[in-house]
Order: sequence, then C-alpha cells, then structure tokens
Amino acid sequence: MVNVTIDGIKVSVPNGSTILQAAKEVGIKVPTLCYHPDQAVKANCRVCVCEVEGNRLLQAACSQPVFEGMVVKTKTPKVIEARKTILELILSHHPQDCLNCIRNGNCELQDLSAEYIIRDNPFELKVRGLEKDLSTPAIFRDPDKCVLCRRCIDACTVIQSVSALGVEKRGCESMVVPTMGGNLIDSPCVMCGQCVHACPVGAIGEIEDIDKLMAAIADPDTIVVTQIAPAVRLALGEEIGMATGDLPMEVFVAGLRHLGFDYVLHTNFTADLTILEEGNELLQRLTTGGTLPMFTSCSPGWINFCETYYPDLLDNLSTCKSPQQMFGSLVKTYWADKMNIEPQKVVSVSIMPCTAKKFEAARPEMNSSGYQDVDIVLTTREIGKLFRMSGLDFSRLEPSPFDSWMGAYTGAAVIFGATGGVMEAALRTVYEVVTKKELTDVNFTFARGFEGIKEAEIDLDGTKVKVAIAHTLSNARKLMDQVRAGESPYHFIEIMACPGGCIGGGGQPITKANVKRIERIGAIYDEDASLPLRKSHDNPEVKVLYDEFLHEPLGHKSHELLHTHYHAKNKKCL
Amino acid sequence: MDYKNIIAKFADVPGGMIEAFHAIQDEFSYLPEEAIIEAAKVFGVPAADAYGVATFYSYFSVKSRGKNIIRICESAPCHIAGADEVVAALERELGITMGNSTADGRFALEFAQCVGQCQATPVITVNSKPYFDVTPAKVVEIIAEYK
Repeated sequence: MVNVTIDGIKVSVPNGSTILQAAKEVGIKVPTLCYHPDQAVKANCRVCVCEVEGNRLLQAACSQPVFEGMVVKTKTPKVIEARKTILELILSHHPQDCLNCIRNGNCELQDLSAEYIIRDNPFELKVRGLEKDLSTPAIFRDPDKCVLCRRCIDACTVIQSVSALGVEKRGCESMVVPTMGGNLIDSPCVMCGQCVHACPVGAIGEIEDIDKLMAAIADPDTIVVTQIAPAVRLALGEEIGMATGDLPMEVFVAGLRHLGFDYVLHTNFTADLTILEEGNELLQRLTTGGTLPMFTSCSPGWINFCETYYPDLLDNLSTCKSPQQMFGSLVKTYWADKMNIEPQKVVSVSIMPCTAKKFEAARPEMNSSGYQDVDIVLTTREIGKLFRMSGLDFSRLEPSPFDSWMGAYTGAAVIFGATGGVMEAALRTVYEVVTKKELTDVNFTFARGFEGIKEAEIDLDGTKVKVAIAHTLSNARKLMDQVRAGESPYHFIEIMACPGGCIGGGGQPITKANVKRIERIGAIYDEDASLPLRKSHDNPEVKVLYDEFLHEPLGHKSHELLHTHYHAKNKKCL
Repeated sequence: MDYKNIIAKFADVPGGMIEAFHAIQDEFSYLPEEAIIEAAKVFGVPAADAYGVATFYSYFSVKSRGKNIIRICESAPCHIAGADEVVAALERELGITMGNSTADGRFALEFAQCVGQCQATPVITVNSKPYFDVTPAKVVEIIAEYK
C-alpha cells in the first residue's frame, strides 16, 4: 500500500494505483475523456491533469502512478486553467452541432464543457470538413466529431479482435479511419456497435430508423407489428430514468401501444422456437455425423465475424436464422394468415439491443416470406428516444399483455439476452428430448456470469456432450482457432459478439463500463426465475405453431422459413 | 520486382515493415494498397495498423505518383530565399501543381519540411538528392537531368 494525500485528504491505496484511482477512493472525481474503465490507459487527451507537489509539470491522473508520500492537488487554479484550455482546444476542432447531434444530452465532451464553464472559446473554430461515412445500414461515422481518444479502436481491436479501425497520418492531420482509410462497409467491420459505446461523443452512432417507423405508424393502410428482443426491456428503463430491469414488461407493451404499434409480439417467442430448431439440429448433427462443433447463429455481429474471418468454418454454424429473422418470416406467413391480415400490409418492426440486426434484416436472402421479412429495426436507444418524445409517464401506464400467437415465451427465451443463455436454454430442452426425463433443476449455472469463455461436459443419460460459451469476438477467436486447428474438444459452442451477450449489445443504452452489463445480466436471471414456464418446449404458442403450421422441427416448412445459409465475405483488406 | 518478393525479404527482420515499405517505394514510387495488405499479413498486424504506419511517415505515399519525386522545402529560410518562384517554375516546367504527378508518370511535386541545408537556400531534392541555391533557371536544367 502507498500513502498519498489528495486535496488534503490522506488515503492509502494499493501499489501501482493511478492518481485517478486514488482520487476516486477519497470521493473526488477527476474529469476524463480518453479514459475508459475497461480499456488500457491512453493518456492522450490530458483533460485529467493534476498538480503533484514537487513536479513542475502537470501530470495526467489516468496514467500517473502514485508514490509514497505523494501530494496531489486536483483543482488548483493552474489545473483548472489547463483543463479549460485543453477543452477549448478540443472544441476548436469540434463541430458546434450539439443540437443536431445523436449524442445530444449524452456526450462526455458536452458534459465536460458544461462542468468547466466553457463560454467564449478564444481559439478559432476550425472543423476539418470530412465526409460522413454512411456506407453501412447499421453504423455511421462522423469523423469531424472525432476527438481522437482512440477508445473505439481499443473496443474494435482488443475487445472484438476485428481491427476495422486505425489511425491514419499523424499530428493535427491524424484521424481514426476504417481499414485502408476507406468506408466501414469495405473494412472488416462486423457492425457490433461496441465502438458506439466506446465513443465519448457523436463520432460513431447507429443509423437511426425512427422516421421510417413514424411514417409506417402514420400510414393508415399499414399494420405495424413489432417484436421485442429479450435484452431490451432490462436496459430500456435506463433510457427513461428508471433503474436497470425496473420497467415492467407489460408497461413497456402499453407504452408501445401508445406510440401507435398495432400489434405487440415478442422475439422471445422465436427464441423458444430457435431452441427447438437448433436443439434438434444439434441432435441430428450428433447422431448423423454432421459438422461439429456446431456454433450458435443468433448474434449477427458474430455471423459477420465468422463470414469475414472464418469463412472456412461456415459449415459449423447452425443453419437456424436468428430469432429476429425467424420472427420476420413467420409474421408475414403464419401469423398474418392466422390473423386474417394481408401480409403485404404488415410492416414488421423489431426492437433490438443490437446495431448488427439492422444489417441482418437488410440481407438480401432474408425474404423467405416473399417480402422483406423484417422491415425496420430500432435499437433500444431509438425506442428510448421515442418514449422520451412521447411524454408518457410510465409510472401511470396501465399494464398491457402481449398479443397472441407470437407473444408467449418462457424463461429459456428470456436468458437469450445474456452470454450463456442460449446454451442454458438449449440444454434445458435437449436434455429432456434426449433423456425423455424431466429436469429436476433447470438451472445450468456453469453457463452464467461474465467470464470470457465457459465450458462444461453435460451427461445426457450416458451421452456426454462438451459445450463452450464465449462472449466478445476476441474470445470467440480463441475457440475458432482451436476448431480451425482441429483441436476443439467441443460439440456445441455458443458465441455472442458483444460483452455480456445482447444485454451489452451495440444498440443498448450507451454503456460506459462492464459493471453495468453485469448488473443487466443479474436482472435477466431474476426474470427467468420469476416465470412459470422455463423450458422452450413448454411454450404453448410454439406448440400451436408446430401443430398447425410447421408440423415438426427441421421439417420442410422450417427449412423454407427458419433456416438460412452463409456467405464468405472475401474482404479485400484481409 | 513483385511486392510480395520484396516484403518476403524483410519478413524475419524485427520491425521490418518500415524497411519493406521503403523497398517497395523504391520500386513503385508509392505503396500500393495490395502491398500494405500483404505486409500486414506477413508481419502479423491488422491491415488498419499497417495502413497507419504507411500514412504516419510523410516520405511514404499511399497514392500513386510519378517516378521522380521532386520536393521543395516550404520552411522559413527557403521561403525567404524565394522558394515561391522556384515552386512557380517547377509547376510551369512540369505543367502540374504541387501535390500532383505528371501524366506520363515521370515526375511528382511535393512540399517537404526542412532538409537541413539552410546554408544554400532555396533547396529542392529529387529522389532525395539535394540541389542548392535553386533558381527558376536552374529548375529547367535539373529537370532535364531526369527526362
């Protein structure tokens, strides 16, 4: 331990702590911009400078380790003046576009400008006038707003091992750019959106589809049907001033009805359906010598990653569409038919914790209903914005149940939102299908938690199945390299592209640290435990779907509507 | 020589990417995109990083340019000694503006920072060979050497 004094307060902190950590220990917030709690220290913005007794120069609190007897002052006039100047210099290159910015009200630079009372910037405004990158249907880049903190590069390279972003040139000419200085769509970008969470400002964000939704709702000739992904509800509360997990499902549904959605259904329904199709696909592969290990296919960022970096392993991917796309193909066939609605009138909307889902919905092959299966994808953030615009008081909304036929779900579907959830849900069903015995305990706790890679051997009445779970693409890469080398001991692997799974997805409320993701995971298992049905094959509406329409898992209709194929992306830059 | 063969020669050199880039540039006068991507593979770094290296140094170019690279110093001592007139002469003689290459691919015109020869300003370099006390008249002679 090291004894230091921060603003006159004595504190003892572990060896190797930084000034920033020591200050936090005594309850003093030192401002930061390039600092990110889950990333390596960058110390490039200098906003966190402090005075250290005996040092002529100011020190960056995020990178400067403390030493025995260190005396730090975090807010002397010299420090405040330096921080103001640093902010003014950053702002002198930053478009004064806050009112029109996607991060208006949720921007670290805006907050710092307010905190440091920036009024008349003495530096001339010089914006570089770089072009916006609108090349993908999921994520935009607005390089003029970039403050060069490089947090997006860290997220893309270290957390995701995608390496679609880098820095070109140097000094005042340097800029964060996609591979080879081109557009995102030509880079290896998988559209996971983790860069959006990492960005302190509005230099990277999701392509908003709010206007498309508003137009569909306003059109009297359309029937707007929505699905909600399992991870959305837990985090949506954070967008509308509630604690994580505190927005009740049926109040959320009521809110959507107020916005003008004609029918509110649930992706959880097709999550349960996915388990039946994918579980049976796994059993088929195990018994007929199919390609193993089988990889889950729910996460579109992961699918993009596999198609980009592991095109030789595409046969290992489950052919099951993601729950979003299964829902899309059923809502314009089975559901429309059952409801006596003309499918061409249906506008199929999905509310997703994900940016890559926007890309997935736009894939040309996702039209097995005869129409584009999913028309509009909104992120949790976008629906949060709509709710804030609506002026609804959620504490006074009368709860409303889901609509029928694709609205029922079990706890197994709920946990799809967390890393390990699909695996646990699959095991609950596969175990009972194989052993014909009822599970005494549906909780496969090995599958839970934030650990990067989890594994287990499951005994299905004598048949031993080895499974693994990974979240973040850098962890996925470890398992994939094993498979590529022919050394994978597993039969079934669950991969989620984002940290923590969908609860940490690129479309979730801006998430500054993994602690928030861990909190959301806790809420997801609480919801699972609170439900009467917790196994996908117990979903009553899924049973009706098989009885009346699909007839059997992996049957003819399933193959037509619920399964897909993958394509190598052949990126020039790889 | 093929850029792949050039890169292969430096594959085992620690930090060999920069040397490989120099060798490629000697051959092609710039760093073709395919060569940067190949270097990324050989040196085991993401293409985004290799591109970062290629664009970090002002003596590397990722844009195709003329074979003979003429640089003129734009720092203060050369400026005072009449670099403007030399620039005008170069542009007139080659029929291109600064930052561009001749259509026949023989010449490229670029600005440079100080090349450390302030005793004999203005200074230009052609393929890194310095020419001192350059005047508009001398420009014609110098260019003729490379035609």
